[in-house]
Amino acid sequence: MALRRFDIEAGGDSFSFKPETEPTIAFWLAKYPEDKKRSAVIPLLWLAQKDNAGWLSEPAMREVADRLEMPYIRVYEVATFYTMFRLQPVGKFHVQLCGTTPCMLRRANDLKEVCQSKIGNKMHVTDDGRLSWEEVECLGACVNAPMVQINDYYYEDLTPESLGEILSKIENGVEVQPGTYVDRLNSAPEGGLTSLTEAGLFDGSRNEIAVLPNLPDAAPEPEPAPVAAAPKTTLIEAAKPKPKADDKPDVIEIAAGEEDDLKRIKGIGPVNEKALNELGVYKFRQIAAWTPANVDWVEDFMSFPGRIEREDWIAQAKQLAAGEETEFSKRVDAGEVESSKDEGDE
Amino acid sequence: MLEDKDRIFTNLYGEHDPGLEAAKKRGAWHLTREMLAQGPDWICTQIKESGLRGRGGAGFPTGLKWTFMPKQVTEGRPHYLVVNADESEPGTCKDREIMRHDPHLLIEGCMVASRAMRAHKCYVYLRGEYIAEREALEKAVKEAYEAKLIGENNVNGWDFDIYVHHGAGAYICGEETALLESLEGKKGQPRLKPPFPANAGLYGMPTTVNNVESIAVAPTILRRGAQWFAGFGRPNNTGTKLFCVSGHVNKPCNVEEEMSLTFRELIDTHCGGIRGGWDNLKAVIPGGSSVPMVPAEQIIDAYMDFDTLRDLKSGLGTAAVIVMDKSTDVIAAIARIGYFYKHESCGQCTPCREGTGWMWRVLEQMAKGEAEHGDIDKLLDVSKQVEGHTICALGDAAAWPVQGLIRHFRHEIEDRITQYRTPRALVQGHTVAAE
Repeated sequence: MALRRFDIEAGGDSFSFKPETEPTIAFWLAKYPEDKKRSAVIPLLWLAQKDNAGWLSEPAMREVADRLEMPYIRVYEVATFYTMFRLQPVGKFHVQLCGTTPCMLRRANDLKEVCQSKIGNKMHVTDDGRLSWEEVECLGACVNAPMVQINDYYYEDLTPESLGEILSKIENGVEVQPGTYVDRLNSAPEGGLTSLTEAGLFDGSRNEIAVLPNLPDAAPEPEPAPVAAAPKTTLIEAAKPKPKADDKPDVIEIAAGEEDDLKRIKGIGPVNEKALNELGVYKFRQIAAWTPANVDWVEDFMSFPGRIEREDWIAQAKQLAAGEETEFSKRVDAGEVESSKDEGDE
Repeated sequence: MLEDKDRIFTNLYGEHDPGLEAAKKRGAWHLTREMLAQGPDWICTQIKESGLRGRGGAGFPTGLKWTFMPKQVTEGRPHYLVVNADESEPGTCKDREIMRHDPHLLIEGCMVASRAMRAHKCYVYLRGEYIAEREALEKAVKEAYEAKLIGENNVNGWDFDIYVHHGAGAYICGEETALLESLEGKKGQPRLKPPFPANAGLYGMPTTVNNVESIAVAPTILRRGAQWFAGFGRPNNTGTKLFCVSGHVNKPCNVEEEMSLTFRELIDTHCGGIRGGWDNLKAVIPGGSSVPMVPAEQIIDAYMDFDTLRDLKSGLGTAAVIVMDKSTDVIAAIARIGYFYKHESCGQCTPCREGTGWMWRVLEQMAKGEAEHGDIDKLLDVSKQVEGHTICALGDAAAWPVQGLIRHFRHEIEDRITQYRTPRALVQGHTVAAE
């Protein structure tokens, strides 16, 4: 693992994409399903890095997070995990030198010395801001080793001399051509091809095959249409529709002192009693007469879905309204239930 | 020896135009509609009969892998093909050539493979550094859309969309589940299997992940027949293969050859021999940095295929042949590979996160000789404790090169340690004698 940290100071406070980058952002977003925008995080961070002089500042990460509706930390994670995101300023031309074994076998270490002497330490930016370098892991051009990547493109089959020349040209603002620096065609052997020389490969004569070999005698059976998905069983029930306003329980007017002690119902403490009183509910008989719609309304109002049914307030209220007692009310009357005392807080 | 007429990647070196018209002349997009019309069963059977084994390193039979996808598409659960173009195994640079010089073979292959697994959408995950390759592939995709070869209501009769995606420099994203995580916009940390991607892959949908080369050879196999492809190489190791020869040969190159040719043939025919002659060969890593090295005397006349190299306690891997001559400090070379794995471990599993760093540090000390003789067995023991104790194969990949080094070059490590200690002993003795 590589330990990588942000450069907070150099990053400033803000970042915005260049206007000309917007079509490219739209191009990337169009590649993923509507609800999987997050997939575009790496391409967008890469674009942000391009628009931010070759490195990623923390405000740039936040901008990407906002666009993709991702939590910032998820973008920070991605930016610090992938080593192509550079978290500190780099030169206008950033040299990535491959130092892994196949390049090392072909003297990549000598190239390191060239970078060291021409540019300085790893990740040091030259005074004119033009150059910086770092050693990276295998860049996947091993038959063209040793090689470097400068900004976007590969410079292959280098020697200390040719790399030195490339760096001098960049210092002096002269354009350099990517590709191989010896006499060969991309990854073909140096000095001439050993294969792929027959003209017949390229003149269309390969298309003389008129029918596919190994075809079955009978035509294939048509594919069945997609099957419908099995109904999902989930633990959470579908959200209920919001109860209507006219499901509010009826209000009654009573004289002071006539109200029942609603706390004798298991599940109602002083707080709930107060709330119910404010709704105009004072008597056990009122609760006993609630319809299912009333129950939904009260549960929604007091924000505890399912509790009235679970604690069976209605059955309790019916018993108490009829003058009977419940197990719980006996304990309340005996003063055993702390939360049902008037002074107590629920 | 493979003849030109039997090569699949005819524009491997980019001598010709990678564009659509030239690609068609080289044989791409020929009879594609007829292949697709035969349906998944025929395609899978043909690929199975060709004996094609996955070209991404593990060598799993490709046709068989395709049949693991659900036989019927469930509504709301689309199938995906994901192409692994995150070519980062040190030594390997073959998919790069396909994408920048023969991209239409890959796009056609994606379509055929998608038909075989009943998928309408395909993502190609390129490594982030391959910017020129991405531009080339995007251009070819655009051409294919414009020619109505792919897309909705295309001339080939199978609705198919292909999207090019890229990573940002993490080797671990070449592991299929880490690749899927990365494609979903997360850190590339591998998932536990099961569930396997064929059941729950990209976005939780049935997905198959294949290497670029495995996909790109498929249309040509169907066009020319499974028997044609199976005619190359030894049984169970059939077909043609792209070899990437790097290191100490006179002319390093990529080349398409038949499987099971000998190492000597490969090097003499295409790479101009070993630097300094055959007597100068020390060891070869035959399948990318993850496989153990093989010493010269064992590899020279060995067949380059899955089974032979497995018997040599190594592997064909991605056929990335890294050649080392006698000037090589093998301990330092493996220490550098050790650093690579330390750098690329995703940090999820402790044996790998801690073990790769530990192994690298010890190897660096051994390269200097600054170690104890007992450290060699300790290193071997630690490598065995990393191997097989992690979610993905990166732990194994980090352990195997170390084991290969100790297996074949233990004497060299021992000599280095002895040598490091000897001069000091002499100096001490000298001092004592002088007094």
